[in-house]
Amino acid sequence: MIVAIVRTAMVSLRRDRGALALSFILPVVFFSIFAIIFGSRRDGTPKINVIVVDEDHSRASERLVKGLEKEGSLVVRTRPEAKKGVQQPEYTAASAEAAVKAGAAPVALIVPHGFGENPISFGGAGTGPTIQLLKDSSDMVASQMIAGLLQKVAMTSMPDVMAELGSRYMDRYAGGFTPEQRKRIDSGLGQLRREESESGGAVTAGGQPGAGLISVRTRDVVGENKDNPMVSFYAAAIGVMFLLFTASGAAGSLLDEAESGTLDRVLSSRVTMTTLLAGKLAFSTLLAFSQLVLMFVWAWTVFKLDFIPHIPGFIVMGVSTAFAVGAFGMLLASVCRTRAQLGALSTLVILIMSSIGGSMFPRFLMPEAVQKAGLLTINAWAIDGFTKVFWRDEPVSHLWPQVLVLLVVGVVLFAIARKLAQRWEYA
Amino acid sequence: MSAPAIPTPSSSLPLRIEALIKRFGPVTAVDGITLDLHSGECLGLLGPNGAGKSTLIRSIVGRVVPDAGTVSVFGSAADSAGARAALGWIPQELALYPRLTCRENLESFGRYHGLAGAALGQAVVWCLDWAALQDRAGELVKNLSGGMKRRLNMAAGLIHQPKLVLMDEPTVGVDPQSRNRIFEMIEKLHGEGMSIIYTTHYMEEAERLCDRIAIVDHGRIIALGAKEELVHTAFATRSEVLARFQSSPDRVGEWVEQRGGRYVDHVAQFSIEHPTEIAGLLDDAASAGLELVDVSLRKPNLESVFLHLTGRELRD
Repeated sequence: MIVAIVRTAMVSLRRDRGALALSFILPVVFFSIFAIIFGSRRDGTPKINVIVVDEDHSRASERLVKGLEKEGSLVVRTRPEAKKGVQQPEYTAASAEAAVKAGAAPVALIVPHGFGENPISFGGAGTGPTIQLLKDSSDMVASQMIAGLLQKVAMTSMPDVMAELGSRYMDRYAGGFTPEQRKRIDSGLGQLRREESESGGAVTAGGQPGAGLISVRTRDVVGENKDNPMVSFYAAAIGVMFLLFTASGAAGSLLDEAESGTLDRVLSSRVTMTTLLAGKLAFSTLLAFSQLVLMFVWAWTVFKLDFIPHIPGFIVMGVSTAFAVGAFGMLLASVCRTRAQLGALSTLVILIMSSIGGSMFPRFLMPEAVQKAGLLTINAWAIDGFTKVFWRDEPVSHLWPQVLVLLVVGVVLFAIARKLAQRWEYA
Repeated sequence: MSAPAIPTPSSSLPLRIEALIKRFGPVTAVDGITLDLHSGECLGLLGPNGAGKSTLIRSIVGRVVPDAGTVSVFGSAADSAGARAALGWIPQELALYPRLTCRENLESFGRYHGLAGAALGQAVVWCLDWAALQDRAGELVKNLSGGMKRRLNMAAGLIHQPKLVLMDEPTVGVDPQSRNRIFEMIEKLHGEGMSIIYTTHYMEEAERLCDRIAIVDHGRIIALGAKEELVHTAFATRSEVLARFQSSPDRVGEWVEQRGGRYVDHVAQFSIEHPTEIAGLLDDAASAGLELVDVSLRKPNLESVFLHLTGRELRD
C-alpha cells in the first residue's frame, strides 16, 4: 500500500515540471551561487578600496603608505580617478571624508603631521599623532580588516623605525642601554636600514601583525548618527525580494483569467491587451509601493529608522522600484503558461536575483565578478538607491542613476511582456 | 431600464458571415460557413462537441482571426469598435471574477465596456433583475451555486446593452431546474426582440428556443431552417420506429442492417411511411429469432435529422 502511494506521488511529481525544478534544480543553483560567492577565495576575494591621505610625508609615513599599497587585499587610492585624462589632486582629510560619505570607498586613513616623529603609541594614547580611520559603518568588514592590516604593515614595512623608537623608549622609560648595548643596537639598526633601502621597503608577507602599536582613532563618517545602522539596508534588501514575489503573484492573475476565460471576455470589450497590461502593471506598482511603505514605516516605528526626513527620497526610490518590480512580474506571467510554471520560475529567478543582487547579504562581501553580475538585477539598483537615501543622506538629485536604470528596466520588461502577451490576443 | 433595444438596421443585418474558414494546424474547425441572422431572430447552432460552433462564435467576437471569409456585425467588421459595442458574448466558460460579488462583477464588465455613473447603475440593476440575482447582489461569486454562476455569466454578457447576443452553450453543467430558469431568461430576451445566436448540442434546447436552426458538423452547416423544415426535408411524412431486443447486439445489428435501419445504443431505428409497416417489421424480427422487448413510434426530431444527415448521434 505504501509503495502504491509512493509510486503515485512520484508519477505526479514527474509530471509537475515546476515542482520538479524546485526540488532538484533550485538547490543545485543555490549551492553553486553560494559556492561562487564564499567558496572561491583564490582569485575572487573582493579587494577593499581604501583612501590614504599622507599629511606627514615623512620617511615613516611614506613607508607605511607603500606598505599598504603592497597589500594584495587592498586597493590604495591617494587621489581620485583622473577625469578626462586630467590627474586629480591628492585627497585631503576633508575630501577623503567626503569621498567615504559618497561611497567611493568604505575606509579612509589620514596619516597626520608629525606621525614620523613618533609613530609608535607606546606609553598610551595621546602621546603622539594618531592616524584617523574614517569609515562607512555599513561595511562592517572593511574597517576592521584595514585596522588590522595597518598594524601589520607598520611592523613589517618599517622595522628599523620600530627598532629605533623601541630603543628610544628604552632610554626614556627604562634608564637606557649600556654603551656596549647601544653599540650593538646601532649596528643592528644600520643593518636594518641597509636591508630596507636595498629591498625598497618590501613588506614581509605573512608577518604577524602587531597589536595596537600604531595609535589609530576610528570614526564613523557615514551612519554615525544612526540609531540602528543596518535597518535601512535590510528594509530595502528584504523588501525588494518580497516585492518581486508579490509582483509575480499579482501578475499571475493574468494566467488565472486566461484559464477561466475571463481574459477573453475582457478583451472582447473595449479593453485592449495594452490597456489591460498597463492596468495590471499600475496595480502591481501600487501594491509594491504600499508594501514598501509598510516595511519602512514599520522599521521607523519599531526599529527607529530615520524615516521622516527621508520621505522624498523614499518616494522617488519606492515608486521607481515598484514600477520595475511590477514590470518584472508582468514579464514572468507572460512567459509562463500556467500558475504552476509561474510559481516555479518566479521562485528560481527571484531567489537567484536576490542572492546576487544583495537582498540576502551585502554585495561588498561578494567577489568582484559577482558584484558586477549583481548589477543585472533590480535588487542591486534598488538597494543602492535606498542606501543613498537612508544611509548616506544624499539628496534626491543624486538618485538619478538608480532611478533611470529602474525606470528603463521597467519599460523594457513591460515592452517584452506586451510582445509575449500577443499569444492571448487572437487565436 | 428596459431590455436592450431591438436593433433597427436599415441596411445591415445583425450578423452576416460569408465563406468563413478557420484552421488550427491540420484541423479545419470552420470550413466555409455562410450565414445570415435576421433582426430579432434566435438562430440555433446545433452540433456535437468539436463541430466548430465555439470557433464560429469566437470568430464573430473577434477572438479568432479567420483564415478566409468575412464577418460583419450590423455592417461593422468583427473586432471593430462598432461590432464590440453591438455584440454581447456569453462564453461557455464561467468568465467571472470569483472573489468579486455579483454586483462588482457586473460593474467591472460594465466599465470595461465604457459604462459609468447612472448608466452603469441602471445596467447593473437590469442585469441582476433579468438573472433573478437581486437578493444575491452582494454575494461573492465563488459562493454562488452553479446555476446562479451561469445566470450571472449570462448577465455579464448583456451589461452593455448589446443588440446581438452570442450564447455559447450557456446551460453546460446546469441542473434541469436551473436550465429551465435560463430558458425563461432567454425567452424573455427573445420576446423583447433581441437578436440571438445560441449554440448547443442539446436538441431540445434548440427546438424550444430557436426560430431557425443550423446543424453544424465538421465545421460546416449541413442543414439550415426552421425545425419543421429540417425534419420535413429529411423525412417528409415518414415516421420513426424504435425497437429494443433481448438478443445479442451482434445479431440484432446484423438484422437491422439487412432491413435498412440503424442500430444505435442498442436501439433499432427504422423510417416508415405508414404505421402499418410496424407489424411486418416485428414479424420479420421474430422470424430472425430476435426477442422483442419494446417498440415505439415517434415523429422524427432534430436528433433524427442529425442522425439521418451524418450517420452519427448528436451526442457523439
